[in-house]
Amino acid sequence: MKKLLFSLLAATAITSQAQEYFPNNDDISAVSKASRAITNATIITAPGKMMKNASILMRDGKIVDIGTNIKIPKDAVIDDASGTFIYPSFVEAYGDFGMEKPKNTSRGGQQYDEGRKGFYWNDHIRSEQNAIDFYSYDSKTAEKMMAAGYGAVQTHLHDGIARGTGMLVALNNNGDDSGRILKNKSGAYFSFDRSDQTNQSYPTSLMGMLALLRQSHFDADWYSKGYSKTKDRSLEALNANKSLTQFFEAGDKKNVLRADKMGDRVGKQFVIIGGADAYEMMDDIKATNAQLILPLDFEDAYDVTNPYQEWYVNLSSMRDWKQAPANPMLLSKAGITYAITTHGLKSPSELAAKLKRAMEYGLTKEQALAALTTIPAKMLGAESMLGTLEKGKVANFIVTSGELFEKDTDIYENWVQGSKHMIKDRSVINADGTYVTQLDGDKYTFDISGDAKKVTVKQDSTKLGSKIDRNGDWLTITTSQKDPADKGYTRWTMMLTPENTAITGKVYMANGSERNFTATKTDAEVKKDEDKKDGDDKEEDDEITATPEMGSMTYPNVAFGSAQKPKAENVLYKNATVWTNEAAGIVENTDVLVKNGKILKVGKGLSAGGARVIDASGMHLTTGIIDEHSHIAIDGGVNEAGHNSTAEVTIEDVVDHEDINIYRDLAGGVTTSQLLHGSANPIGGRSAIIKLKWGYKPDEMIYSDSPKFIKFALGENVKQSRYQNGVRFPQTRMGVEQVFEDYFTRGQEYDKSRGTKDFRYDEEMETISEILKGERYVTCHSYVQSEINMMMEVAERYGFVLNTFTHILEGYKVADKMAEHGAGGSTFSDWWAYKYEVLDAIPYNGAIMHSQGVVTAFNSDDAEMSRRLNQEAAKAVKYGNLSEEEAWKFVTLNPAKLLHIDNRVGSIKEGKDADLVLWNANPLDITAKPQITMIEGAVFFDIEKDARMRAEVKKERQQLSNEMIMAKNKGLKTQSPKQDTKTLYDCDTIEW
Amino acid sequence: MTKKQFQISNLKKQISNFDFRISKRERILRTKIKISNNMKNIIYLASLFLGLTAFGQQMPAAEESQPIRIMNGTAHLGNGEVIENSVIEIDGGKITLIADATIIKLKAPTGEVIDASGKHIYPGFIAANTTLGLVEIDAVGASDDEDEIGTFNPHIRSIIAYNAESRVVETMRPNGVLLAQITPRGGRISGQSSVVQMDAWNWEDAAVRMDDGIHVNWPRSFSRSGTWPDLGPIAPSDDYDKEVEELQVFLNHGKAYKSNDNPEKKDLKMESLKTVLNGTSKMYVHVSGEKAILDVLAFAKANNLTKNLVLVGAQGGETIATTIAAAGVPVLAGRVHDLPSREDEDYDMPYKFPKLLADAGVMVALENSGSMERHQVRNLPFYAGTVSGFDIDVEKALMMITLNPAKILGIDKDYGSLEKGKSATLFISEGNALDMRTNKLSRAFIDGRDISLGTRQKDLYERYMDKYERQD
Repeated sequence: MKKLLFSLLAATAITSQAQEYFPNNDDISAVSKASRAITNATIITAPGKMMKNASILMRDGKIVDIGTNIKIPKDAVIDDASGTFIYPSFVEAYGDFGMEKPKNTSRGGQQYDEGRKGFYWNDHIRSEQNAIDFYSYDSKTAEKMMAAGYGAVQTHLHDGIARGTGMLVALNNNGDDSGRILKNKSGAYFSFDRSDQTNQSYPTSLMGMLALLRQSHFDADWYSKGYSKTKDRSLEALNANKSLTQFFEAGDKKNVLRADKMGDRVGKQFVIIGGADAYEMMDDIKATNAQLILPLDFEDAYDVTNPYQEWYVNLSSMRDWKQAPANPMLLSKAGITYAITTHGLKSPSELAAKLKRAMEYGLTKEQALAALTTIPAKMLGAESMLGTLEKGKVANFIVTSGELFEKDTDIYENWVQGSKHMIKDRSVINADGTYVTQLDGDKYTFDISGDAKKVTVKQDSTKLGSKIDRNGDWLTITTSQKDPADKGYTRWTMMLTPENTAITGKVYMANGSERNFTATKTDAEVKKDEDKKDGDDKEEDDEITATPEMGSMTYPNVAFGSAQKPKAENVLYKNATVWTNEAAGIVENTDVLVKNGKILKVGKGLSAGGARVIDASGMHLTTGIIDEHSHIAIDGGVNEAGHNSTAEVTIEDVVDHEDINIYRDLAGGVTTSQLLHGSANPIGGRSAIIKLKWGYKPDEMIYSDSPKFIKFALGENVKQSRYQNGVRFPQTRMGVEQVFEDYFTRGQEYDKSRGTKDFRYDEEMETISEILKGERYVTCHSYVQSEINMMMEVAERYGFVLNTFTHILEGYKVADKMAEHGAGGSTFSDWWAYKYEVLDAIPYNGAIMHSQGVVTAFNSDDAEMSRRLNQEAAKAVKYGNLSEEEAWKFVTLNPAKLLHIDNRVGSIKEGKDADLVLWNANPLDITAKPQITMIEGAVFFDIEKDARMRAEVKKERQQLSNEMIMAKNKGLKTQSPKQDTKTLYDCDTIEW
Repeated sequence: MTKKQFQISNLKKQISNFDFRISKRERILRTKIKISNNMKNIIYLASLFLGLTAFGQQMPAAEESQPIRIMNGTAHLGNGEVIENSVIEIDGGKITLIADATIIKLKAPTGEVIDASGKHIYPGFIAANTTLGLVEIDAVGASDDEDEIGTFNPHIRSIIAYNAESRVVETMRPNGVLLAQITPRGGRISGQSSVVQMDAWNWEDAAVRMDDGIHVNWPRSFSRSGTWPDLGPIAPSDDYDKEVEELQVFLNHGKAYKSNDNPEKKDLKMESLKTVLNGTSKMYVHVSGEKAILDVLAFAKANNLTKNLVLVGAQGGETIATTIAAAGVPVLAGRVHDLPSREDEDYDMPYKFPKLLADAGVMVALENSGSMERHQVRNLPFYAGTVSGFDIDVEKALMMITLNPAKILGIDKDYGSLEKGKSATLFISEGNALDMRTNKLSRAFIDGRDISLGTRQKDLYERYMDKYERQD
C-alpha cells in the first residue's frame, strides 16, 4: 500500500515538474497546477519561532504562504495536520551522497611522479573534479536521510587532498534531477586524505599534505598571472573555485587548527569539518574564526565487564566517551558557529540518539535545530532556499507527532520540494499504551508497546503468555491461561478508535464462550512497575534528569595530565651538588635561585627572598637533558618519503602535544628535544625544536625564535636499500651526492631569479636558499666515512658549514676532518649491528670524536632511550674514559651547542632558562632518578606528584569503568574494548 | 695450536686487557718494558701490530696452565652474598677456594697471583633468551638464521646455527656477559634453545647445555586489528581460543606418541617433545598480559608441566606475582629498558617490574628480547643496575643475571655463582659492574680459561687513536 502510494505520488510529481518546453508523448498536456496546503499544525518556522494553528500553502515545490491566517485558494488540496508539529527539514552540510568513486586504474607499485598530463604535478590535487560528474541520485540513502529528518544534502566526491566542487541536492525521491539539483559547483573541498585514483607516493605524511596544499595555492596564484608555459587544469580550477565557500575535512582538533593555519598562509578561511574533540582546545578553535561542521560520532561505552579487557582501554578513551558528548554544548557556549553532520555515523538513523546524548549535556533544542537547519543552509549559501519555513523558500519540512528531539516524538512525514514522503503514517492510531478491563471479577491488563508489536497481558497479577497482531485498526491478542496446566487459548479481538481512550471488542474464551469487553487506557506508569517486577535489568534510559558530569579534564587531557597548566614559580634549590657545565664544574653544597623562569643566582647561602625553598641536600642539580635527535610527539608520519627532497615540509606543523612520551621523557630529565624528520630522503624536512612543556599547546612548546634546522640523510635509507626494487633516484651513494649538487645548484638559480617578473615562490627552494645562506642548519643522518666526507665537501663547495652529523657512527674515522670543517656529531652511545652500514660502529665513537675537538652529543632517535639518556652519557665513561663532567655534557651542553640554543639552555648559569633537573643521586649513576624536572621555572615532573597521579589514574579508571558498566546495564550500546596506540617513530618509519 | 701462536695470543691478550685510561704512548712504553724483560718475544711484537691492523678475530683462550689466585677483591657471589676481602683460587677450570682473605690461612701461591684490591669480582653474567650468533646484522637477510618457517617447530635446534665467532658475541665479554641462552624465534613453537659460553671455536665447544627446552609463543589475547597500512587499534583477538586449542591438540599428539614405545613411524616433531613431556627439559612460554599468564599457568597445570614451565616476558604479571610465586614458576622478565605497555601505566613499570615479581617470591632472571636485541645483550648488567635503583638489594638484582638464570636454565651446578667446585667463570671489574661508569673488566675467565677481552671494536678504537696520535 505504502509503495503504491509512493509511486502514485511520484507519477504526479514527475508530470507536475516537467518543463513546458519539453515535448510530451505520454499523455495530453493537461498538467495539474493545484496548490497544496497543510493546515492546523504547530509550525516552527525557524529555531525559536513557533506559530500555533498555522498553515503552509505551497505550489511547485515552494512555499507560497505560511502563517496563522493565510488565504488558501479554493482549488488547493488541503491536508489537516491538527495535533502535529512542523519543522524545516534538516540540511546535511557534508557527505558523499550519490557519489560514485572512480576506480584506481593504475597498477600497484611505487610511483613518484605524476600519473596525469595537463594537470597539477601531484595527482592528489584534484581541484578540477566536479561532484556533478560523479553524481547519480541514490534513493535508498535518500530514504534513510529523509527518515532522519533531512531534506537536502551537500555532496562531493571524497577523493583527493583537493577534491574540487560540491553540489546541493534535494532529497526528493518523488522528483528527478531536473528539479532536485538545487545548486551545482557549490563549495570547494579539501582534505587530509590521499586520492584513491593514483599511486603517486607524495605526500606520505600529514606534514607533506600541508606543504602540498600551501604550494599548490602559491602555484595557482602564479599560474593566474599567466606565467606558466603549460596547461594545468587543476590550478585553473583552483583559481576558478576561489570565490566559492572553501570546505576542509580536517578531523580532530589538532587537524582543525592545522587546516586553519594552512588556510591563513594561503589567504583562505575554511569551513572545517571536524573538531569532535574541540572542547579540549576551545580557545584555539575559537581563535581560528572558522565555522565547523561537527560530527557527532561519540564513542559508545566500552564493554569493560571483563577487567582483563578493560586494562587495554586508555583513560583518555574512557574520558572521551564521557566528555565528547558535551562538545556541541560547549561549542555553543563558546559562541562558535557550527552545523551538525551525520558524516562519520554508521547511519543517519543514529542522529537522534547522538543528539539526545548531546542534549543530556545541555545542548538546547533550539541550538540543535539551528545546527541542523539555518546554520548549514547559510554555510552552503542556500539560506534563500533552505533552513527556515518562509515564503518563497523550498517547501522542505517535516511533520512530527510532537516537539522535535523528544523521546516519543515520531517523524510522520518529510516533505521535500512540496512532495510528501511518508515516514510513519500519522493517520494510523497509535495503539501503544496500557489498557485495563474487568472480566468475570478478574482484572486484565494489556500493556501494548513497540508500535503494537509487543504486548504483555496480566490476569490480576499473573502474567499470561501472549501474542499480538495488528491489521489496520484491528488488534488481535492471543493469551494463554492463568493455570499453566490449562492448554487452551483466549482470543481477544478489538478495534482502535481515533480518540484512543479505550478499545472495544470481543473475547473468545478458551472454553468457547464469547463476551464483549471495553478496556480503558490508563496511566503509563503501570508498565514500568511491571518491568521492574519482572526482574529485567534494562531500565528505561530516559530517567536521566541531571546533566552528566564531565569528569576530570587535564592538560593534556590524558593520563598524567595536570589539573592546572604548570606555571613558573620562584624556587630556591638549597645545598645541592650542582653540575654547572661551566668553568666552576661540579660544585657541592650550592644554592640555585630561580626567578621568573630564569636562573637568577648560583652560589652558597643564597636567601630565598620569597621563593619556595627545596632542600636539595644529598641531591644533584643539573641542567635539563637535551635530546638532539628525537621523533616523539609527532602526528601523521615522521617521514615525507614521496620525494628525494622534501625541504618544504616541517615537523613544526605536526607537533603532537598529547604524546605520553613527552611526560615519560620529563620523568627521565629531558627538557628540550629536536623533533627531526626521518631519513627516507637525502633532503628531508625541517625540524621542530621543542621544550617538553607537558600540558601546553604545540605552538607554546616550540622554541620562540627557534634556530632553523633541517634533516639531511645519507646511506642505506635514502637509497632504499631495503626495497625489493627501488625506483626513486638515488639508489647509490654516488647518486646521493648528485641530489645535493642538483638542489644546491637550483637553489642558487632560484635566488638569482628573485625579483624577476615570472618568479615562482617555492617553499622547498626557499628552504634550500636558507641553507645556502647559512640561515638554516643541517642535521645530517650519516654512517660511513665516505659519505660523511662527501657531505662536508659538498657543503664547502656551496659555502656553508654542515652543522651536525647525526648517527655518525663512523665519525671516529673522520673526526679530524669534522673538527676542521666545524661539524658536530650527535651519535648513539653503543648501538650497532642493526644494518650493514653500522658494521664498523664502535661505542668509543663519542670519546674519539670528542678527543679530536668535535662537539659531541649522545642522542636517542628512540622514545625508550630518550628517557634515560643520563645512562647513555655514563657509557662515555665506560667506553673511552671520559670524565663524568665531560660525559654529562654529551647530553646537555653539547647538544645545546649543536642546536645553537646554548645561549639559553645547556648549563646552570645566571641568566639562562631555569630548565633544571633535581636527581636523587649523581645523574650518571645507574640508580639515578629525576625527582623534579623544571622548565623555565615551572615544574613539569615531580616524582611525588607522579605517585599521587598514579593513584588518581587508577581511581578515575575505576569510576569510569563503573559508569560504563552502568550504561551497559541500562541497555545502552557498548563496544568491544580497544586500545588506541600511537606509532613509535624512528628514522626509518614510513607509513601511508 | 703451536707454541708460537699461543704466545702471540697471550701477548695480544695482555695488550687488549690493558686499562684504556692509560694513554697509547704509555701503553707502548709498558709493552716495551715487558718485552725487554723477555727479549725472545720481541719478534712477536711486530706480528702483534700486524694482527691489530688486520682486525684479527679474538682467539679463544687455551686451558689454564697454572693455578690462579685472585686476592683482596670484593667478591659478589651471585647468590646474594658478598665477601669484601676475598681470595679466590682457580685450578683445573674450577673454583677451588673462595673465602674471606682476612680470616683464612693461605698456602704459598703456586701459580699466578692477581691483586684485585679495590676491584670487584663477579660470576660470569648469564643472558637468557637471546638470539646471539643466530643473526649477525639485522637488516641483512642473508645473515639471519633465527626464525624457521612453520608453526610448530619443537624439532628446530638453535645450537647448530650458533656462530661462535660472531662479532656481536665477542662484544659481550668485555661487559661481563659470558654465558647465553641461544633461542630461536617465530611460530607457535619456535624450537629448542641451548646454553653456550662465549669463548669458543665453534658451537660444539661453546655448548654448555644443549637443547635445554622448547619455546612456546603463547597466542595473543589482544592484537592489533587491521592490515598495514591501515592498522587499527589493539583489540581482543578472535583467534585466541582457537590458537590455544591448537597448541593443546599438538601437545596431546605428543603425549599419545610418547605413550607408544614402538611407534610405527618415527615423528621428528613428536620425538622432540618427549623431554619436555617427561620433565627433563623446560617449556619456556613467551607470554604477556595478566589473563594470558593465568591461562598459561592453568594450561601447564592441566598438562602436568608446571614444574618445568618458565614464563618469558610476562609483562603485566606484576598484579598476579603471588600467584606465579605460589605455582613455583620462574620468570625471565622482559626488557627492563622498555616503554610501558600502555599510556596509563607507571612510567617506570619496565624498570621495576622484575623487582615487583621478586618481592612476591618469584624466581626472576632478566631477558631483553625485542627490537635490536642482539647487540644490546651487552647491556644486561645495566638492566640489573637499573632494577637495583628500585628499592631492592643490589645483590638481589645481581642474582637476576647470575644464579637465578643459572637455575632456570639448569646450569647452576656449574655456573651462576662463585662457589667452591663450580666452574671458574668469572671476571674482575674496576667497580660496580652494574653501573656503566665502573663496569670495566681487567680479566675474565671461562672455565678457568683466561679469555680475551679484546674486540674488533677495541681494535678499531686503537687503530684510529693511533691515526690521530700520528697527526699530533
